[in-house]
Amino acid sequence: MSTTEIDRQWTTRMRRRVAGRLPPEKLLPDKQPTYVSSWIYVFGVTTLAALTVVIATGCLLALRGPQWWHASSVGHFVNSLHLWSVEIFFFAMVVHLWGKYFMAAWRGGRAMTWMTGVVTFLTSIAAAFTGYVSQTNFDSQWISTQAKDGINATGAGAYFNVLNLGQMLMWHIVLLPLGAIILTAIHVLLVRIKGVVPPFEEVSKATR
Amino acid sequence: MFWYGPFASLIPLDNLGHYLHWHFIQIGVANLVVIVLMVVTFIAALLLPFPGRQRRKENP
Repeated sequence: MSTTEIDRQWTTRMRRRVAGRLPPEKLLPDKQPTYVSSWIYVFGVTTLAALTVVIATGCLLALRGPQWWHASSVGHFVNSLHLWSVEIFFFAMVVHLWGKYFMAAWRGGRAMTWMTGVVTFLTSIAAAFTGYVSQTNFDSQWISTQAKDGINATGAGAYFNVLNLGQMLMWHIVLLPLGAIILTAIHVLLVRIKGVVPPFEEVSKATR
Repeated sequence: MFWYGPFASLIPLDNLGHYLHWHFIQIGVANLVVIVLMVVTFIAALLLPFPGRQRRKENP
């Protein structure tokens, strides 16, 4: 095979493109700028850590099923871990969102990083709501009968039926987590490609 | 009663939640507490010094 033929292969082109945009030292950096040593920069990784616990505890709940999480003490414990990791996930994500909003984190060609964060936030809210209606208890029955009027008012009720436990559970444990994980991965890779957004004073120092 | 019975009485969760009303605004106390905690955490994150920041400035 000639060099030209190798150069034309899609694997070669893709490898070069990925390596050019995201070299290993950018993907897994050993240093960050001085301005990153602030508490406001820790909430993104706190959100990631909470997401890991959410997914891990969700997998355990999926393995053992509703009887286990309703009736056994270990099941109750894992169910509570799932709930509280979701609480920490949203808590950290909101503080992360406020921090990035006031930093105008979309500066410097980071619009896609911002937008993937926005869509991840919306996907996570949908995942949380479908979780409420998938608990298989009186709470979830009450929430789903209340939610159906809201969903029906939007016209989406024919396709997204909150009273259909099977459909809601599938959205909650397959589609929405998959979407949230893929979007989070893209979001983190974009942060690695573009770097952490600098505060305003660092930009003005650089342009002075 | 489960093993965590003694702790369950710290925050009674079996009663109806408390709500605050102000004109058309109605919010559960638990939700308000979470929002206040998020605001406090946000302000603390901006103001509290980060460990090792001074050292990093001296030896970047």
